Amino acid sequence: MSVTDYLSWGGSMQVRKQEKIDLYRLMVRIRAFEEQSFISFNQGLTYGVLHLYIGEEAIAAGCMYDLRKEDYITSTHRGHGHLIAKGADMGRMFAELLGKETGYCRGRGGSMHIADMTIGILGANGIVGAGVPISVGAAFALRYKGLDHVVLCFFGDATINTGAFHEAVNLASTWKLPVVFVCENNLYGISVSIKNACALRSLADRSAGYAIPGVCVDGNDVLAVRKACIEATARARKGEGPTLLECQTYRWGGHFTADDGKYRPDEEVRHWKEERDPIGNLARDMLGSGEIDQQEIDVIHREVKEEVEKAFRYAQESNPADVDGMLRGVYYESPTRTRNSKGEDLP
Amino acid sequence: MRVMSYREAVIEALREEMTRDGNVFLMGEDVGRMGGVFQATAGLWETFGPSRVFDTPISEVAIVGAALGAALVGLRPVAEIMFVDFTGVAMDQIANQVAKFHFMTGGQAIVPLVIRTQGGVGFGDAAQHSQSLEAWHTHIPGLKVVMPSTPSDAKGLLKTSIRDDNPIIFIEHKLLYQTEGPIPEGDYLVPIGKADIKKEGKDVTIITWSKMVLDSLEAASLLEEEGIHAEVVDLRTLNPLDLDTIIFSVKKTGRAVIVHEACKTGGFGAEIAALIVEKAFDYLDAPIQRIAGIDTPIPYAAPLYRAVIPNPDKIAQAVRGLL
Repeated sequence: MSVTDYLSWGGSMQVRKQEKIDLYRLMVRIRAFEEQSFISFNQGLTYGVLHLYIGEEAIAAGCMYDLRKEDYITSTHRGHGHLIAKGADMGRMFAELLGKETGYCRGRGGSMHIADMTIGILGANGIVGAGVPISVGAAFALRYKGLDHVVLCFFGDATINTGAFHEAVNLASTWKLPVVFVCENNLYGISVSIKNACALRSLADRSAGYAIPGVCVDGNDVLAVRKACIEATARARKGEGPTLLECQTYRWGGHFTADDGKYRPDEEVRHWKEERDPIGNLARDMLGSGEIDQQEIDVIHREVKEEVEKAFRYAQESNPADVDGMLRGVYYESPTRTRNSKGEDLP
Repeated sequence: MRVMSYREAVIEALREEMTRDGNVFLMGEDVGRMGGVFQATAGLWETFGPSRVFDTPISEVAIVGAALGAALVGLRPVAEIMFVDFTGVAMDQIANQVAKFHFMTGGQAIVPLVIRTQGGVGFGDAAQHSQSLEAWHTHIPGLKVVMPSTPSDAKGLLKTSIRDDNPIIFIEHKLLYQTEGPIPEGDYLVPIGKADIKKEGKDVTIITWSKMVLDSLEAASLLEEEGIHAEVVDLRTLNPLDLDTIIFSVKKTGRAVIVHEACKTGGFGAEIAALIVEKAFDYLDAPIQRIAGIDTPIPYAAPLYRAVIPNPDKIAQAVRGLL
């Protein structure tokens, strides 16, 4: 469904069966990528640590299903899901995690810095809050160029308390820039509960301080996320400015792969994994309504497994990152510039 | 040759580059209607209007971060941070984001971004508006650091910086804005990474940059009257550093004095001294001297701040001690 269709129906979105299946497959792909990443970490094939997105798949899938290739995103340390949903290649992502020359960043960046400038991924980011001003600058550039593309800025609950968030959201709202601030509230900043880090009950309420809409949705309901994001991006494209979209969710694992997350109550973890699994719940609903049968679900899972295996094999078979080339990568050695970015000859 | 002030040279560089390329724009605190607190963007808002010159909130993190985002999407921002002292507010964006994006993304991201700022001791602006913080920025691979001393260099280097596809910290000096000098006619560029010998001499090499070039030239004239011929090397850019010119001069004179306004400990002069020892130790006839600010916050009262920073007499005195 296009955004125009949705709006012309007054906001009561009819979701086609195929769209649900697409969303389901996208979430399964993200989870399968993360499961293979975790295995690779445990086998010692990756460097550093990984911040896994398992449990939060509905947000990336729901927000990006309707985006254009020309739209931009900024991501976070927990970024694998965003990248896959925006269209990144799993093989090159795995290659980056394994430190290979064929990786997105040629082994220079790793999990926290994967970017694909050709499809609008302006980088995951290792500093909490840092992507927010960058997303605002990208949105500024889109308006400067007179384009109606948008920027989706992903960040976690902890970012909402940084100065970078405040400065950037204030600028975006004052200048009415085409950006959607997507807060993935997974309830913990590493080990600290959001209740002990912020007095607001809903983080979306912070929008009041910037005179922009604040919307809070169940971040584990992919259809609810999608609906809210379609509304927010439509506003942004029309020049009505940013929206703060809070998606409440939960990470199944610890903050990173070396963290067991034991600071969280067992019952809380069980509740989110068993009763609020975004993938399991969508499958259950679609089976209940007869939109899909178990055999079709099994096919999706088998195809995704093959896709992930193939992508991982590509990474394993790639050459390690090149030390000599690295030393030439600190500065960009530009060819002589004779044209500006509009293709006009420069004097 | 025309004569122009350093401030006018900065404005002319911005005006020419904004005319040349529609993707060049200005953003910062008070750069628009007011023309900047040092009037270094005066008249540009009137010429280019609010679609090219943007007054921002007092939000240094957002200024630098948004400039980076705009650069990633194909624009060529010139972002102003009013005082170099305020770069500390935006240091995550400068050090962790702007400087590293090209490298971290394996070369995918290109960041054509100029951060214009100014530093140095003025007329009693005290500890948070008078510092020389270039060493912070030279310590971050990925940034280029440019510090011109004359109107001619300021114009040519600013134009080159705007055309460069790397992030640049362009540090002007608040006491240089009113200084005047000859400016070449037409569209000229000054290369980044090339020092300039502002005065030739055979007895000693004075290596310096920014406003201390003027103080060193004054010291060199004092010494000239005493029959001491000092060579004054204006580095113009600290990163990339024109080491060849430094080493060539030191090999010729056998003596090196490094002059900077920033406090001595951890200053960029220490880096230069170490490089001279590594590359030209056998040519030295005397120990390398560093004439630098005293390790103290910059004080408010004139007798106090004058005691902190180098001046022509202190520089000349140091040179005499080497001969």
